[in-house]
Amino acid sequence: MTTTTSALRRYLDRPELLLLPSLAIGLLFFYGFMLWTGWLSMTRSSLLPSNEFVGLLQYQRLFLDERWLHALGNLLRFAGLFVAIPLLLGLALAILLDQKLRAEGALRLIYLHPMALSLIVTGTVWRWLLDPELGLAQGVRQLGFASFRLDWLADEEMALYTLVIAAVWQITGFVMAVFLAGLRAVDDAVLQAARLDGASGFTLYRRIVLPTLGPSLFSALLVLLPAAIKSFDLVVALTDGGPGQSSELPALYMFQMAFERSRLGLGAASSMVMLMMVLAIAIPYAYARGRKGRGHDA
Amino acid sequence: MMLKRSLIYALLALFALYFALPLAFMLLNSLKSSAELRDGAFLAWPRAPELSAWRAAWDALGGSFVNSLLLAVPVVTLSSLLAALNGFILCKFRFRGSELVFIGLLVALFLPIKVYLLPLAISLAKLGLGKSLGVLIAIHVIYSLPLALFFRNHYLGFPDELLRAARIDGAGFWALFLRIVLPLSKPVFVVVVILQFTTIWNEYLFGLVFTEADGRPITAALAQLGATGEGGVRDYNVEMAAALLAALPTLAVYLLAGKHFTRGLVAGAVKG
Repeated sequence: MTTTTSALRRYLDRPELLLLPSLAIGLLFFYGFMLWTGWLSMTRSSLLPSNEFVGLLQYQRLFLDERWLHALGNLLRFAGLFVAIPLLLGLALAILLDQKLRAEGALRLIYLHPMALSLIVTGTVWRWLLDPELGLAQGVRQLGFASFRLDWLADEEMALYTLVIAAVWQITGFVMAVFLAGLRAVDDAVLQAARLDGASGFTLYRRIVLPTLGPSLFSALLVLLPAAIKSFDLVVALTDGGPGQSSELPALYMFQMAFERSRLGLGAASSMVMLMMVLAIAIPYAYARGRKGRGHDA
Repeated sequence: MMLKRSLIYALLALFALYFALPLAFMLLNSLKSSAELRDGAFLAWPRAPELSAWRAAWDALGGSFVNSLLLAVPVVTLSSLLAALNGFILCKFRFRGSELVFIGLLVALFLPIKVYLLPLAISLAKLGLGKSLGVLIAIHVIYSLPLALFFRNHYLGFPDELLRAARIDGAGFWALFLRIVLPLSKPVFVVVVILQFTTIWNEYLFGLVFTEADGRPITAALAQLGATGEGGVRDYNVEMAAALLAALPTLAVYLLAGKHFTRGLVAGAVKG
């Protein structure tokens, strides 16, 4: 094959053009619609989309809305626990599981299975488990503790924490798996050497093992933080934001404003605020990955 | 680094209870009759296990179970094949701006559905596209485009020499893709198919917004089953059976392919 023909072939045969349809569609559906939402958030749209530009009025309304501020406050409390508890618990479980146990496979299977379930299923299950009349409360009463009460679902102070309980149940196994993978990647030779130097048990972990878990921690955070901000399904299935608005999170607020209360502009503004929060996490990450030009998993 | 063994086992067993009890408890209650429920021993073993709640759950949700299958199978097939093609091109045919496309896909992976939900609903309504399974399938395939990243990463490990040799032997792009690349993509397909099936099966928001009554996928139908409970004693045996029914396919995948499942989730859990 001569150089001319191969040059010609290269010119004629440009597979990257096959990407164009996907690129065009992706650009429109992801980024075009994102900009459209941004535009909606600056119009007077209510029941129907309108093109009357009103600047930042919807954002002003949004941040004057007690309900939204409340939802943001809830998100702060929810996200803090939703990140902290699975990280600590997941790390603890991973370390315990890493002790060369017999039952490791079975235990891992048990810890991880909630990840296979949809959050709607998770919410449904926990709604019954935490039901003040039935569920665990009734079970404990029947065990003889007649005055036992568990009415967190009906309690404005506690309802948000029922979301945490169910979400922790759902995600901790995943965090554990991430940390376990990190632990398994620690070089055995390093551990041997440290042991020879007299390090053992707790010290070994604190000095040698934990410092190597940075990337695992980072992966876990990269999943947990956006998941917290996006939380919607679980709220719908478990508390529906109630009682009152005590367990409402931004995603539910957005959905209700846009789809049930005919306040498109306000709903769009709230989703843009959520977008900003997610992008604050995603863009530095994508930038770092892009600079590296390659990565191991998406 | 041997901590006290018995203590470890005790702790791990305790947590195993926390993780295992909800499902065990669902199963127990789904096997009780309504009469037994009214007597109300919630944590008790079923006196005479029976499947009436499961039959009722199937009557209520069987249709949407089928809907979810009719949704998930084509979406998984189409989106993973498309992702393989796009990932391959993106990886092996660098062009001006390909890094930008890569970053665009990466960011898209994080975008909350709510950011494009409104324009999507508005444009579908304007186009007069009814709420139907076909529309839902198309939407899911489109919003699965970032899946190409998985394949791209997989193909980074492909030796260029192999592809070059095939080219010299006269293989065009499609021959290259279909005969060499796809057969070598089995491991990543396994992961992507599991991840994608789980994601699509469990998806709720699109299913809720872009379907109506009879077309509901199972998550949306289950959520409504819960929301429309009538006054008095609710048939939680039916609801437990319904929740298990909705969980069965993904649980089965998890049990059959646990290792790949975890890998897929670790790699793809940012979606949603």
